[in-house]
Amino acid sequence: MSATPADIAAPLPRPRRRSALAFVKAWPTSVKVGAGIVGVLTLAAIFAPLIAPYGPNAIDPFALLQSPSSQHLFGTDDTGRDVFSRTLYGLRLDIVLCLLVTYVPLPFAVLVGAIAGYFGGWIDQVVSRLADIMISFPFIILVMAIVAIVGPGVEGFLIGVPIAAWALYARLARAEMLVVREQPYMMATTALGYSKTRAILKHGLPNVLRPCLVYSTIDLIGNLILLAGLSYLGFGVQPPTAELGSIIAGGQGYLLTAWWIATLPGLVLVLFGVGIGLIGEGFSDRGLERGGR
Amino acid sequence: MSLLEIEDLRIEFPGEEGQLVAVKGVDLAVEQGEVLGLVGESGSGKSLTCRAVMQMVPEPGAISAGAIRFDGEDVLSLGKSKLRDFRAHSVGMIYQNPFGSLNPTMRVGAQIAETLKVNRGMKRDAAKKEALALLERVGIEDPEHRMRAYPHELSGGMCQRVMIAIATASSPRLMLADEPTTALDVTTQAQILKLLARMRAEEGMAMLLVSHDFGVIAQACDRVAVMYGGHIVETGPVETIYHEPEHPYTRALLNSVPELDSAGNVQRRAALAGHPPELADVIPGCVFAPRCAHAKPECEAVSMKLQELRGDHATACPVRPFAGAGADGGSKAERIEA
Amino acid sequence: MLTYLVKRLMISIVVLLGIAVASFLIIHLVPGDPAKIQLGIHATPEAVERLHHQWGLDRSWPAQFWLYLGNIVTFNFGQSTAFSSGVSELIGNRIGPTAVLLVYGILIALVIGVPLAIVAALRQGGVVDNAIRILTTFTFAMPPFWLGLMLALLLGFELKWFPVSGYESGISGILRTCTVPALTIGLGLLVIIVRNLRANLVTVLHSEYIEAARARGYSELRVVGKHAMRNSVIGVITILASIFGFMVGLLVLIENVFQIPGAGTLLVQAVAKRDYQLVQTLVFLSGAVVVVVGFLTDVAYAWLDPRIRLQGRG
Repeated sequence: MSATPADIAAPLPRPRRRSALAFVKAWPTSVKVGAGIVGVLTLAAIFAPLIAPYGPNAIDPFALLQSPSSQHLFGTDDTGRDVFSRTLYGLRLDIVLCLLVTYVPLPFAVLVGAIAGYFGGWIDQVVSRLADIMISFPFIILVMAIVAIVGPGVEGFLIGVPIAAWALYARLARAEMLVVREQPYMMATTALGYSKTRAILKHGLPNVLRPCLVYSTIDLIGNLILLAGLSYLGFGVQPPTAELGSIIAGGQGYLLTAWWIATLPGLVLVLFGVGIGLIGEGFSDRGLERGGR
Repeated sequence: MSLLEIEDLRIEFPGEEGQLVAVKGVDLAVEQGEVLGLVGESGSGKSLTCRAVMQMVPEPGAISAGAIRFDGEDVLSLGKSKLRDFRAHSVGMIYQNPFGSLNPTMRVGAQIAETLKVNRGMKRDAAKKEALALLERVGIEDPEHRMRAYPHELSGGMCQRVMIAIATASSPRLMLADEPTTALDVTTQAQILKLLARMRAEEGMAMLLVSHDFGVIAQACDRVAVMYGGHIVETGPVETIYHEPEHPYTRALLNSVPELDSAGNVQRRAALAGHPPELADVIPGCVFAPRCAHAKPECEAVSMKLQELRGDHATACPVRPFAGAGADGGSKAERIEA
Repeated sequence: MLTYLVKRLMISIVVLLGIAVASFLIIHLVPGDPAKIQLGIHATPEAVERLHHQWGLDRSWPAQFWLYLGNIVTFNFGQSTAFSSGVSELIGNRIGPTAVLLVYGILIALVIGVPLAIVAALRQGGVVDNAIRILTTFTFAMPPFWLGLMLALLLGFELKWFPVSGYESGISGILRTCTVPALTIGLGLLVIIVRNLRANLVTVLHSEYIEAARARGYSELRVVGKHAMRNSVIGVITILASIFGFMVGLLVLIENVFQIPGAGTLLVQAVAKRDYQLVQTLVFLSGAVVVVVGFLTDVAYAWLDPRIRLQGRG
């Protein structure tokens, strides 16, 4: 179909629902680049079983410590496993675990913070002090303490991160709610006789959620690095399961003779982090200014 | 030769559709020891003109044409260190917000002493002593104690006094005062104006006083320049402008000054209808014509150049609807017409 | 100022108590018998009994907690089972390298970060500003342990400037062995320092008093370096204090990458060997040190910023 000049000029009054393409076009450049990187890596991770030329644990005793080549894109490790395949599977596992640990507890934490901010008083005091206590512990140390309790493995990460991370979201949501509470539309809910539950859930929460979601992109990288770090220390995903941190840990001893084992999976992790960082930054210039943890 | 000469000054800001011109060819001169008032509504370009003298037009704005001469020397072509020297010694500047223009993390005494050390090369102890003397001179009571105060511990009037002490510390020959009393209450306003007048008499410095308030201008100035939409529309001795305004805009501005009537009630005369032009508005001919009660078709072809009337008085309005009539006479006539 | 600090002190004490409770719970939340887990399946009942008594597990919870609090106050943290020596002594021996690394790391972060932030703020929106933004996005996304390995590979193995691991005391020893780890920590902190300081400076540089200082003919060095930085220093201290916990976490990873015998490697060994007494103490101390640093920052903040210092006086 060919477009006449009239067709091009016509759609001036924008329809409410814009096409997905127009939505993407409106993104800042950094978001487009970031989304591109994250998109490609995520697809590669999802389709790891199709893309990976070898199994993650397939040992080839005749190809030990081979440098990167067309056969082994990222080379092979000390037992002849293909590092590229392991990286794909590792990324896949990392992404799944981090999405779980970031977004499953998020609504609960935000709700707790919103309630504290909305009601104030003793509820606020209790929630704020509890958050203070949790935030005082260095994140990784708290998770390690939980690993010490439940034993090494993914469970420590899955239990530990929500226990520590809820406080950050609750705090953020509480601070936002303090502002939102004073807005005319929130005051109006009281005047209209809405129930408090309705006021918080329908009118307060959506406004509180946005900054929390922006922060969650940064948190996602934080969790990714944390998981890799725990696995690197030997407390996270246990070998021989392919995970980026444990692949890097395995390569540390071969840094001089087979640099690729530790270097290349790390680069993939950096690339993924940069992608998410660019997305977060594009949507909020102040995203990273809140600081790490 | 005038102390400060501004010639055909243009200040532009980059806009989405080409340059936006905020100051459109301003001519202005300040004589030695004279106080020139620059009056106009906000957005008329008066503050920008004032800042241009210091070459401190806020980014992304820039001076695009014209010349500024101080004592015959071209200010706009000064090199970096010459410009700093010029700012440090030749000109002092005070601002509308006295709290904001002092560093909140430094004691006021230290801020005065800093100027003395940096710009007059004084040693620490001498600077401290001189700072004390300066504070005393600008009328701050208990200066030993106030030296150690932070800006937020002082009142607005006191902060402005401190600013005046800093601005006059290196005996400048010109003072730029950008709405120096706007943020202050009426009593303090009068005190600050009195202080400025005294400093000026003692130091023999000239002053460019920017204000939107004709009352302030009438109290403090020798000569007035009225600014509207980036142009100077009328200039003359303060008496003449006050009693025999020629430009319809000056007259409207004067009419908005509240006055006491014979019964002692505050009378606010007819305020000017409409809004001042936006930066992006392009108005052919006289910029005031759209709001002018006396506009004629030929006003669209007016050049906005000042035309000398008599003595020192000049106006940019060729129609001159009030030629010869006094300010009161004019407005009376208007009322009868209405 | 006093009322402000007293209020902060009260909150800090409440949080410290909470930290004590949380760390106290560690040993009680272990599924099964922690003594049996630690001693292994071949443990004799007597040995298990001894350990129970040593840990106070044969008493009621409140009594145990009271004992625990008393031990904290007297710095008596009991015996390490894995290292067969006193916990306090063990930690005391390991804290030195950790402190050295922390201070060195912060110094490097400031030496690199402060000039970058100033340049970025002065050239806001320019090419340099964007380059710095991209650089910090990269350092932010780098897992610190991986960055450490890469720096070891580059500066240790390839250029042979520094040893790849280990620790030596003394100034020259520290410079030799701690520079690469501290550089790793510095780069890990870089994004936070640069972004925050830049934002802070941009706000300050647009303020009226900066314009007024320029109008006085002061040099850019004086305007930015003295007037603007004076205000921003407070911001930097706040940032550093607010990420202190993050820094401590960073130390744990970096010490392990470079095999530095600090508290971080001790923690990893303690967790690996399930030395609950040691884990409990280290977890408590890491939380406590964050609270104490936070409180000290409040004091410093009140001292540095006259607006807070005078609060409560009037």
